[in-house]
Amino acid sequence: MFFGLGILRGMNITLMNFIRSYTRKRGSGEIGALTTVQYPEERLPEKEKFRNFPFLIYDDKPEDLRCVACDICAQDCPPRCIYIVKETDEAGKPMKKPAVFDIDFTVCMNCGICEEVCPFDAIFMDHEFEIADSDRHDKLLYHRDDLLKTNEHFHKIRPNDGREVDTRLAEAKEAKAKKDEARKKAAEAKAAAKAKAEAEKATEAKEDKPPETEKESDPQ
Amino acid sequence: MFEKMRVKTKVIDSGKSGLDTQTLEVNVGPQHPSTHGVFRMTIVLDGEVVKSLRPVMGYLHRNHEQIAENITYSASMPYTDRLDYFNSMSNNQAWAMTVEQLAEVEIPDRAEYIRVIMSELTRLVNHVSVIGFLLNDMGAFFTPTLFAFREREKVLDVFEAVSGSRMMCNYLRFGGVNRDLTDDQLGQIKKIVADFPAFLDEFETLLAQNEIVCMRCQNVGVLPAELAINASITGPMLRASGVNYDIRKVDQYSVYDRFEFKIPLGEKGDVYDRYYVRMLEMRESLKILNQALEQIEPGPFMAPKVPACLKNPRNFKPPVGEAYGRVEAPKGELGFYVVSDGSKEPWRYHVRAPSFINLTVLEAMCIGYKLADAIVILGSIDIVLGEVDR
Ligand code: SF4
Ligand code: SF4
Repeated sequence: MFFGLGILRGMNITLMNFIRSYTRKRGSGEIGALTTVQYPEERLPEKEKFRNFPFLIYDDKPEDLRCVACDICAQDCPPRCIYIVKETDEAGKPMKKPAVFDIDFTVCMNCGICEEVCPFDAIFMDHEFEIADSDRHDKLLYHRDDLLKTNEHFHKIRPNDGREVDTRLAEAKEAKAKKDEARKKAAEAKAAAKAKAEAEKATEAKEDKPPETEKESDPQ
Repeated sequence: MFEKMRVKTKVIDSGKSGLDTQTLEVNVGPQHPSTHGVFRMTIVLDGEVVKSLRPVMGYLHRNHEQIAENITYSASMPYTDRLDYFNSMSNNQAWAMTVEQLAEVEIPDRAEYIRVIMSELTRLVNHVSVIGFLLNDMGAFFTPTLFAFREREKVLDVFEAVSGSRMMCNYLRFGGVNRDLTDDQLGQIKKIVADFPAFLDEFETLLAQNEIVCMRCQNVGVLPAELAINASITGPMLRASGVNYDIRKVDQYSVYDRFEFKIPLGEKGDVYDRYYVRMLEMRESLKILNQALEQIEPGPFMAPKVPACLKNPRNFKPPVGEAYGRVEAPKGELGFYVVSDGSKEPWRYHVRAPSFINLTVLEAMCIGYKLADAIVILGSIDIVLGEVDR
């Protein structure tokens, strides 16, 4: 061993890697192959689970979004960057719909907890990341309408999750319909029995009562 | 091999030059690139020799502990990612273990294996990066770092596919993990593990025997074993000083008792030992990974029978009590101490951050060496300011 052998060996490695970076296919995963891409022109394929900022999902029309303004996500968001105000009808009664749904993207820490805790599958993490702006107060505070995206978009970015969620929702809907029917039947039977004994007023009151919404527990 | 590579060097001794010198106070940082973040050192120099060194911390203080005392237990999980942002998986594991201890949850086997695989991959990522940065501090400007980052990228790809984020994983949950590993992902990890030794060989040849590196590192920044123990140094730094202490062996937490692996030890506790122990540790991590990937079996990834208090993590209220959970994070013993008063938020939450405690011996290691050595010694401690300042 002579002084400088270690240096030469190291340089040999550098040289080998320099050559390999040309001879091995980029992104092939082989040792020495480059892993970087020329970003704006080339892009890496997106991973399905990749999460960045949340969006609100709607099925057909933007007016009937899935969110029922239950405030669970706002309470669970670690940096508390979601702000929700319920919509009210003419009588001032709160409705199951958000009038205000703001997410401050300058505060959001992209944790995905809102998606996890939402019992109504109404909020999901998006793949969008090119949202830089020069105005952090107005442009990066996203309001309800900026956050709305279609179910198709969700299916496009996360096909597997989209299918899973859709099946789950369809099943829940079916179950709910069955339950509702059963409840209605039971109510009718009850009402019929009552009607036999009593006047018809009681029956009307029962049927007017709207069916209760399912309150699922946390999907976890 | 380890012994043969040593080159004899002299310890620098000040005051023998015979020249009249004057002390000079120099501020290094907080924006100095070699301080690995916003960390400041006030160094008193005699010529080029360090006479005293005062670390100034707190530039990155984010009130982590106070925040955690005001949010739910599960909401703290993504915050722990931001402690030592190189190793979010180990941080998650330490926090999950602490709360599981508090709530007495049994973790299914598959989840334990996934946790071990993830934290060992994290160790690989951390060690290749820290070695890269250490060599960077010595003047091998970014070639080794980027060489290391090329491999790191492959692991981060897996993290992204599994957890959704490259660095801020937020992957573990109390009672298991967020989602299962698919066979595809397991295959991807297997490929990384199979390819890694070849990379490690090259990475070692690149500089481990480089004469300049040897001269800069050997017999520099010696940390005697007694001082290391007294200052509660942990992790590769302690083991480089020759103390056999690894929480994976001591506590045998998770499923570490099922794997065969050795604890690499250094002899002198100089910068070179700290560098080389990390190299050897990566090889042991690969052994663990190989065994874990072989032993992992299908099964639930979340505890099926969690106690009532965990059914709904949002309203999780652990029983009154306290718990201290610790893991062997790549930088040392990472521990979380939490006191519960039975409410939704912890009453007290404390992080035992390895970077912070390992940093306390910086002055003792630097005195008597040159300013340029102090930079290298700091690099060999392996700090991340996110964890030091919290
Ligand atoms: S948890 Fe879901 S339904 Fe409830 S407010 Fe949030 S997004 Fe809307
Ligand atoms: S991703 Fe996390 S931080 Fe962002 S809005 Fe959802 S819960 Fe809040």
